[in-house]
Amino acid sequence: MTARPAAIKLVWLIGAIGFVIVAVVLGMVIGPTSIDRTDTLLEVVDSIVPGDFDSGLDERQASIVRSLRLPRVVLALLVGAALSTAGATYQGVFQNPLADPYLLGVAAGGGLGATVAIVYDLGDGKGFLDMVQIAAFIGALLSVALTWTMGTLGDRTRSTTSLILAGVAVASFFTAIQTFLQQSNTDDIRQIYNWFLGGLNTNGWTEVIQLAPIAIICLGLLAMSGRTLDVLSVGDEEATMLGLSVGRTRVLLVVIASLLTASAVAVSGLISFVGLIVPHTVRLLFGSSFRIIVPMSIAVGAGFLVLCDLVARTALTPAELPIGVVTAFFGAPFFVLILRTTARA
Amino acid sequence: MTVVRATGVSVAVKGYVLLDDVSLIADEGSWLSIIGPNGAGKSTLLRALAGGGVTAGKIEMFDRDLDGISQRQRAQLVSWVPQSPIIPTGMSVLDYVLLGRTPHLHPLANVSSSDVEIAQRILDDLDLSSLAARTVETLSGGERQRAIIGRALAQEAPILLLDEPTTALDLGHQQDVLRLLDRLRLSAKRTIISTMHDLTLAGQFADRLILLSGGAIAAEGSAVDVLTEQNITDHYRADVEVTRRGQSVLVVPRIDPQESRSTEETTHGH
Repeated sequence: MTARPAAIKLVWLIGAIGFVIVAVVLGMVIGPTSIDRTDTLLEVVDSIVPGDFDSGLDERQASIVRSLRLPRVVLALLVGAALSTAGATYQGVFQNPLADPYLLGVAAGGGLGATVAIVYDLGDGKGFLDMVQIAAFIGALLSVALTWTMGTLGDRTRSTTSLILAGVAVASFFTAIQTFLQQSNTDDIRQIYNWFLGGLNTNGWTEVIQLAPIAIICLGLLAMSGRTLDVLSVGDEEATMLGLSVGRTRVLLVVIASLLTASAVAVSGLISFVGLIVPHTVRLLFGSSFRIIVPMSIAVGAGFLVLCDLVARTALTPAELPIGVVTAFFGAPFFVLILRTTARA
Repeated sequence: MTVVRATGVSVAVKGYVLLDDVSLIADEGSWLSIIGPNGAGKSTLLRALAGGGVTAGKIEMFDRDLDGISQRQRAQLVSWVPQSPIIPTGMSVLDYVLLGRTPHLHPLANVSSSDVEIAQRILDDLDLSSLAARTVETLSGGERQRAIIGRALAQEAPILLLDEPTTALDLGHQQDVLRLLDRLRLSAKRTIISTMHDLTLAGQFADRLILLSGGAIAAEGSAVDVLTEQNITDHYRADVEVTRRGQSVLVVPRIDPQESRSTEETTHGH
């Protein structure tokens, strides 16, 4: 038997693609409005392939499939992939299994941005390049920049601990301002609250169009950075001696992962646990090399969020459950399981 | 040809001087061994030669100032075997050795089949082929030590810095590893600088020794010049008997304190 370098096995790849397809099919055919399942899938095929054929749906049903379900499923795929991959990257960059995409204050910054936009009536959270989304995006990136500046200030050793602590400080500070704004504008509490719980409510393709370009570029870059993340696992000093510019690599990876998170947060609010549990699940199932974890997290995260969103919009029909509730409901017990497994190992 | 030249190198951490104005040179294809008691600054010197933590002085490799080149270029010139490396969890021995290919790969590129071939040849040389698929953390101390040396060899750098490369190894593997390094030195003209605790072994393999004490060079030269009873008594506060057998200088601790006292009296002229 000859040993091979860590890489994704063909079987896993087929399995991951199969999982995504199953999730997409379920996400498309199940919904509050009952529509013939085969016809729904035909309609999806019709919307993808060129040419026109009759799927057997009437105009209203076709519109539900094309402008409600399909964009929502695609958005779930993108957001799920983005959060999971950003989480995996953060875990590698900080050599910390508890790291998630919100580690450096993205959630608090995005929350503050969204709250400001809602409180000052800058937008309604819908439409192309809406101010709530833009403000959340800017707030999220601002918090990471602030965390980075504070965490590396006067720290010649570039220790990741000080960065994580700075993240906690920045998050607390931004949350304090956010809470103050929220409490002084109680009329908007419901809308703010909804944003925080996260959701993939779409009407058409605007969110997908905003997120897709950034997400695809960032996901591509991170998928190729698996080997570099593996080099970081021997610690800063050895990685430097192996020829890696550790400081620069860390900045670049954090910038890419934060852009990805911020753009996902801007369109979907805060969806917790995905970025934490998906990379860990992948690690437990397939192996601990980031050459495996990052690409597999893209697929598993995408499919997982489509399924969570399916639960979110069907569990309480006709009302909708915030997706953050679903991911946390499945995520929290799973997290305990991971802690137990790693403790035993 | 002088490959490594350190001039007036000092290292200070939080006001403590660990290395004070050390200068040394190493020629191509030579083996320089740094010896000295605990805390003499051996590891600090080795790390400084790899470009880490130098507070004053200049280090040149192939006449190029280390300060002026990128991490990547430096790692193509120098590889470093740390004394206590961080062992990543869940990484196979093959992948661990492949980490050594980092300076030859684009940050976004994966390892190629030629990288894998290089790694597999090194695993063969180090008697690790049968363990290639095992994870590094499941290896014994000696197997792990060889994997770390393997990683450094995969860098294919002309200069090898080894911090206590044989401490964890059994006698047979000690000899194997040192002989392999010696072969590389002769055939591939690698320059080796190592720290070693075993003075006899240090004297056997190195063609030059530097005795470091209190962060400064206390003695320098061939094994015969440096490994004297006087030097070892002064700097290690050890009581040893030094004898020569053929090419080797044997350093053997004395068991009998009586014998030692009489020697001490003679040396100090009482």
